[in-house]
Amino acid sequence: MKKSRIDKFLPVFSTASIIGLWYLVRAIMPEEQHFLLPAPHQILQAFHDKGPALWAAALNTGRGALLGFSSAVLLSFLLALFLSLSPRIRASFYPHLMVLQMTPIIILAPILILWVGAGLKSVVIITFLICFFPMVVNTTQGLVSTDANLVDFFRMCNASKRQEILWLRVPAALPYFFTGLRIAATLAPIGAIVGDLYAGNAAGGQGGLGFLTIVYSSQFQMGALFATALVSCALGFVFVGVVLVFSWLGLRKWHESYRKDA
Amino acid sequence: MTAMSASDSVPPPLVRFTDIVKRFGEKPPVIDGISLTAERGDFISLIGPSGCGKSTVLKLMSGLLPITSGEIVVDGMKPVDAREELFYVFQEPTLLPWLTVRANVELPLKIRGRLAAERAAVADKNLSLVGLTERADFYPRELSGGQKMRVSIARALSMSPELLLMDEPFGALDEMTRDHLNEELLAIRQQHAWTAFFVTHSVAEAVFLSNRIIVLSANPGRIHTEVKVDLPYPRTEETRLSAEYQRLVAEVSRLLRSVERLKNAA
Ligand SMILES: Nc1ncnc2c1ncn2[C@@H]1O[C@H](COP(=O)(O)OP(=O)(O)O)[C@@H](O)[C@H]1O
Ligand SMILES: [Mg+2]
Repeated sequence: MKKSRIDKFLPVFSTASIIGLWYLVRAIMPEEQHFLLPAPHQILQAFHDKGPALWAAALNTGRGALLGFSSAVLLSFLLALFLSLSPRIRASFYPHLMVLQMTPIIILAPILILWVGAGLKSVVIITFLICFFPMVVNTTQGLVSTDANLVDFFRMCNASKRQEILWLRVPAALPYFFTGLRIAATLAPIGAIVGDLYAGNAAGGQGGLGFLTIVYSSQFQMGALFATALVSCALGFVFVGVVLVFSWLGLRKWHESYRKDA
Repeated sequence: MTAMSASDSVPPPLVRFTDIVKRFGEKPPVIDGISLTAERGDFISLIGPSGCGKSTVLKLMSGLLPITSGEIVVDGMKPVDAREELFYVFQEPTLLPWLTVRANVELPLKIRGRLAAERAAVADKNLSLVGLTERADFYPRELSGGQKMRVSIARALSMSPELLLMDEPFGALDEMTRDHLNEELLAIRQQHAWTAFFVTHSVAEAVFLSNRIIVLSANPGRIHTEVKVDLPYPRTEETRLSAEYQRLVAEVSRLLRSVERLKNAA
């Protein structure tokens, strides 16, 4: 379906309306409360003033998120392979994974920092923990949901277990894997920022967006806080965007979800 | 005595079932006492009410399911050991969606470690046999149902099997496509008359393809009757117009109705 001209302009139009509304609300608010809601141009000003700090913090958070995310991808894949081997293995490990998943990361964070110390290390571990579970669950699900007829076909060919896993189960699990990856990509920056809220302050010059948030809020720098929020949002888009590109590369040729005529 | 010595030179049957019984768990047997033999070159259709154990028979013959009691011998071997010689065509095309048509056809050879050059030659030959040379680099999602089934057949032929087990391979296709594929299947078989066990719901298809039709009854699955089809090969569109073909369709339909009645009465 072709997008009409109106459809293309709708997002521009809605953005303009939101900004207009924003100014309108400020106009109605009493003057002494204006600091609570910085005007869009004041947020832009904050971007300009705090640019280097925001950029450095984004890089630090991005690095923590990326390290945590990639180690979660790698280890979750290996664990999923192991879990897919037998229902008995799954039955014995799933409960522990569930317990880990159900424990709020906010409470785990301070414990972890006491264990490994503040700084990048704990940020990475917290990101890892938050990304790990959805990856394991989705990938395992994919590995065990292979079409039974395809498994029979491999048996008819006298395929080895190794061939069955590498040539059948793993590729068949790719769509599930990418679903997990997408969920983890949205969680990774959040995990890194939460980790940073607790652990960012210690390392000199290594503070990320979470640490900036603490600094700016203690100084009532509302414009800078909004700018930090927007940077975090952008970081999230980068993560999800990269995953979508990989998913497109991996699935576009054969998966039903990437059919052009669909 | 002379008859005995003459039989020494007769080749043994390709497939022999002796008193096959199959149970799943503690439930009553799904198949109870099937014995049959298939000679090389037989095209045997299995027809019967749904749930009577047709798919199970094929799975026992390919070693995908264990036999409860009795014995199946395929070319002198146990089913699992005969996998070099037999292949299974499933009701769905069961292609790997992430592989091209060509790679799918090559897969059984690749799994067995054959070299790329040999694989390519076999794939070329079999794709042209099913008329899909042009589609070699397509992915399965770009094919119609009939084309996917052709690829599945080309793949099954890639190991040059002596015995093909086909489980309602054309069951999901419309009647015109099915008639057409039936003719194609027999044409392919002109090159090398592999033996076939062919499960179907369609009496017309069974009569058109087979030289033997085995009608199964249900609960438990047993052989009800066997019908010989003496229509000469090669069979073509014309075959469907012959009086003998029509008569056989009527006869097998009648048999099928009577086993359906038996099943419903039980
Ligand atoms: N794996 C299985 N476990 C338990 N029962 C099964 C299994 N496979 C088939 N059956 C049962 O065996 C009977 C015959 O099945 P099947 O061979 O698929 O019938 P058909 O192919 O003739 O329709 C059915 O009643 C079915 O429920
Ligand atoms: Mg069946």
